[in-house]
Amino acid sequence: MAIETLVLGAGQEVGKSCVLVTINGKRIMFDCGMHMGFLDHRRYPDFTLVDPNQDFNSAITCIIITHFHLDHVGALAYFTEVCGYSGPIYMTYPTKALAPLMLEDYRKVMVDRRGEEELFSSNQIAECMKKVTAVDLRQTVQVDEDLQIRAYYAGHVIGAAMFYAKVGDAEMVYTGDYNMTPDRHLGAAQIDRLRLDLLITESTYATTIRDSRYAREREFLKAVHKCVSCGGKVLIPTFALGRAQELCILLEDYWERMNLKVPIYFSAGLTIQANAYYKMLISWTSQKIKDTYSKHNAFDFKNVQKFEKSMIDAPGPCVLFATPGMISGGFSLEVFKHWAVSENNLVTLPGYCVAGTIGHKLMSDKRGKVDLDANTRIDVRCQVHQLAFSPHTDSKGIMDLVNFLAPKHVILVHGEKHKMASLKEKIHSEFGIQCYDPANNETICIPSTHYVNAEASDTFIRSCLSPNFTFQKCNSADIYNSTTPDKNLMPMLQVEDERVSEGVLVVEKGKKAKIVHQDELLLMLEEQKHDTLSGTF
Amino acid sequence: MKFTCLSKGRGFHFPPCHMLNFCGIRILLDCPLDLSALLAFSPIPTSLDCLSVVESFNTEANGFDSGVGFGKRQKIEKLLHAQSLLFAEPWYKTVNNLHLWNSSFIDVVLISSPMGIMGLPFLTRIKGFSAKIYVTEASARLGQLMMEDLISMHVEFRHFYGPEESNFPSWLRQEELEILPSELREIILGKDGLEWGGWMPLYSAADVKDCMLKINTLNYAEEACYNGTLVIKAFSSGMEIGSCNWVLNSPKGDIAYVSGSSFISAHAMPFDYCSLQGTCALIYSDFFSLGDTQDSSDADNYSVSAADKLQPMSSQDLAGFNHNSVENSEEKEKLDFICSNTINYIQKGGSVLIPIDRLGTVLLLLEEMTASLEASDLKVPVYIISSMAEELLALLNIIPEWLCKQRQEKLFAGEQLFAHVNLLKEKKIHVVPAIHSHELLTNWQEPCIVFCPHWSMRMGPVVHLLRQWCGNPNSLLILEDVLNLELALLPFQPVAMKVLQCLFPSGIGLQTVQPLLKLLRPKTVLCPEELRLQTNLSSENSFSVLYYTEAETLKVPYRKHSSEIKIATDLASHFYWKTFKKEEINITKLKGELLMENGRHHLLLENDNKNSSSNKSLEHLGLPDSEKLMAALSKMGISGNIEHGMSDAKSQTACTIHIHDPYKASIEIGTTGTIITTADENVASSIYKIIDNILKAV
Repeated sequence: MAIETLVLGAGQEVGKSCVLVTINGKRIMFDCGMHMGFLDHRRYPDFTLVDPNQDFNSAITCIIITHFHLDHVGALAYFTEVCGYSGPIYMTYPTKALAPLMLEDYRKVMVDRRGEEELFSSNQIAECMKKVTAVDLRQTVQVDEDLQIRAYYAGHVIGAAMFYAKVGDAEMVYTGDYNMTPDRHLGAAQIDRLRLDLLITESTYATTIRDSRYAREREFLKAVHKCVSCGGKVLIPTFALGRAQELCILLEDYWERMNLKVPIYFSAGLTIQANAYYKMLISWTSQKIKDTYSKHNAFDFKNVQKFEKSMIDAPGPCVLFATPGMISGGFSLEVFKHWAVSENNLVTLPGYCVAGTIGHKLMSDKRGKVDLDANTRIDVRCQVHQLAFSPHTDSKGIMDLVNFLAPKHVILVHGEKHKMASLKEKIHSEFGIQCYDPANNETICIPSTHYVNAEASDTFIRSCLSPNFTFQKCNSADIYNSTTPDKNLMPMLQVEDERVSEGVLVVEKGKKAKIVHQDELLLMLEEQKHDTLSGTF
Repeated sequence: MKFTCLSKGRGFHFPPCHMLNFCGIRILLDCPLDLSALLAFSPIPTSLDCLSVVESFNTEANGFDSGVGFGKRQKIEKLLHAQSLLFAEPWYKTVNNLHLWNSSFIDVVLISSPMGIMGLPFLTRIKGFSAKIYVTEASARLGQLMMEDLISMHVEFRHFYGPEESNFPSWLRQEELEILPSELREIILGKDGLEWGGWMPLYSAADVKDCMLKINTLNYAEEACYNGTLVIKAFSSGMEIGSCNWVLNSPKGDIAYVSGSSFISAHAMPFDYCSLQGTCALIYSDFFSLGDTQDSSDADNYSVSAADKLQPMSSQDLAGFNHNSVENSEEKEKLDFICSNTINYIQKGGSVLIPIDRLGTVLLLLEEMTASLEASDLKVPVYIISSMAEELLALLNIIPEWLCKQRQEKLFAGEQLFAHVNLLKEKKIHVVPAIHSHELLTNWQEPCIVFCPHWSMRMGPVVHLLRQWCGNPNSLLILEDVLNLELALLPFQPVAMKVLQCLFPSGIGLQTVQPLLKLLRPKTVLCPEELRLQTNLSSENSFSVLYYTEAETLKVPYRKHSSEIKIATDLASHFYWKTFKKEEINITKLKGELLMENGRHHLLLENDNKNSSSNKSLEHLGLPDSEKLMAALSKMGISGNIEHGMSDAKSQTACTIHIHDPYKASIEIGTTGTIITTADENVASSIYKIIDNILKAV
């Protein structure tokens, strides 16, 4: 028995997460993401590896999406509507509600602004989402007779989940992205102790250890406050969901406390609409936010207003949330062009920007000239603040999770190559767990647990329920002779409780294996017991 | 497995209550309160009432004194009038039979609906109670709101009557009970006159808080494991938001518990019957289908009742269970009827009072009524007066996971789950916590439509409004199915206002019981005795049927006599096998670590690989062959001679071997044992090894 893992995406890189796992004849595709850094065929996982005949419905048992980020769900509409997969798809309620927003937003950026040919239409997104079954946390879903899946809270973004899958006796967990520390609006990842053969975990911050996020949050608020009090404008390029709401809760809270009147804007209708979703999905946020639902829903932002295009060059300070994040194009790029030239203004960037975006260029070179394309170059004079808090777990969190779950094997995905290699080494040396970091399109094969069923007699079960201690005295000679390095660790009195060894496994030809108590065995074999006693005089 | 029905319950607000003993684990199913017993009490008296009470009390007491022994006199006193209600701070009626159990011996409590939690604080506050309580998260939240609401409504009584003088209220005394009219006596003591012990003074807010802390909340289809042995899962039942049926798995088999369930629901997630398939035993506890036929024509004015279609459905129809359009349209008709009546009375200038506490009905009525008001261009305010309404309405809009498909689609479309969010924003409905709240007093307008608790019409805002409007023939009172309408309205007589009693179909329905059970394929079904009369279950079915009645214990034998153990293959490869050739049996002694996890036994490889002594404690079978033993001994350089024992029956010894070279020893071979006697321990163990090789060992 074995578990076969084919990494279609996010192998030694971040982007287009897609892992195909085969367990005891069932094939599960975890995530179906796209790569934001590529515009050619490399943006999607190589689906031809799934099945050479392109018969995806018989090749895949089900698809599981962990959360709504495009690098986890971006290729889903393409895979179902263009490639023709029509089998079951599972994701949590918030992911099902919010993923179409992300896909639609991406489609718009692609078609309306970049003028590309669209890979899927709005209609296809809607059709794709109809095939999705929404699941709740910790709910055990029976996909078919043999395959069981279950979602666990993962933090990261609203509705993000780690997924547990079990086929026969083989069990595994795919984490997706997760966060082991609670943030402003989400709780920390939570999972049961499980008996896993395989853990596939993200490793974005494979080597980073972060300190308190509150200090980092203060830095951000200070930077924003300083900028607006000098009459500057703050541009916060974010994706519509997740980071936008987290920062907005942070700013709302700060605005109330400091009694600030500077307007906070959300660009376009999308983000405002996203808040409506967040209000209904508030039970997926942290306990503190959840408790606010009856009096004042925390996602009912009081200071937030809608931003109009004409206001870009309007005077006076303001804070603007604009999509898309990482300034990869669209409205945030347009605003950036106008605002980047003034030293008074501030641009915040997330902790991680995909290579190829303006955000990535700004991070590597904070001041100076940035090439937008072959013909445009901007003189960037504004301040750049990099957000030092991230919804991803740090290296300590990954190690904690691996230690807690104690799986037999670990596969690292969704990280940078050299960092993953060092984490892999660390997991192997600290916990003695086999660890792999496959590249894209590589397959890892690991053995899986298998149980043999045997019928146990009631007598045996009952005798196992009652304690049967035997005490053994270790004489000092034994201790002296033993090879244990620390002799003090050997207790003088050893307690043993060997209830199991009173059981006897009997395999008769053509019958089911049976476990009986040793007293019953004689009856079964129709033989008499014979004791041998030795005594000295 | 042992099953005892403690109470069959009564309708929606008082679900059944059972005790189950499964795998030695004692499980209580639901802990409800019989709030219909509140009917025995008078609502808070007005000052006028008060005077008359004192008077009537005196006369009745006198009548009793002189009437002893005169049967005829007593009959006259049993006439029921408003003054014969109990004028005292109400107590609450719990399930009487539950008190026969020692609550500290309960291991698990399963709560199937928000109504099933209402009596739980009585249990959790008992010293020594330590059971694990499992409730769906939505049921827990709704249940908590309902309990807190009950406490806040009860406060009015406490303010009026003052603190209780003794632990034992006077109305519960034998002599007081005897002079009560029979209707009231039956409410208090039950049909058998024995339910005296179930009465309790209400729990406090602190009790409720404490109770909620002891609860383990679950999602639908989440696995909870009690003690490693019992895996507990809840599946939606469709009755109310968060209400559920249970499946219990153990090594001894599995049980499904079907509480009141509904295939269609306009708000809650519908009955998930597929997940209940193929259990060893199924406890059928949906009593709605049974009650329907008996008392539906009580209402004196209008009555909308479900017409029972008694022809059984075929199994093929089952696929369409959840989209039963017939019932759906029936419900729509009733809603339309209620709404058109409401409009009629509003147009006549009267107000409409709706003391309904069934969440599903309230939400439907709210949406339909505001829509029809708008359609007929009427601008009358709609008030919701309840201490929990604000929180409840906010809560409903953030629990999409617990709602029916149509509501969930609204989430995915980015719309509000219920219309009331927008209605509130547009000020078409007003939510206030109490009848004396400032907001209500300043906004109050008549005619109006008021939704408020409590359906018993003994407490809450309904009492005050009913007193005000009961004399107005242009007003309308819309009630849910009340068992005894006459008694319910007694304190408000004479009632001139129109009463509309609406009965919405709930429960599985008599005609679907059989096809449903066929589909679920349990091996044994436990059914209420009442069902025996109404449907014929036993014929041509693959399952056996047992009928239960209240307070009687049913024993259901387990089908399995052995349990399954899963042995890890990595452990199995370490086993040392011995073959018995003649019967082709392979035998090995077990080792490893036996675990009970998720209702299954596992035998796993032990982590600390100590060389355990298990090899020593081998069992030997048969007799050692003395000739073979001699040969083996001489091979080791040990010589001796055999002395055959006397062949009389009494002697246990078959033969004795005396060894003299190289040391002295004797081996006594008996029919059941061999005894080695030497002066040296090392010699003994070397001889032991030799015998060990000869004997068949396990």
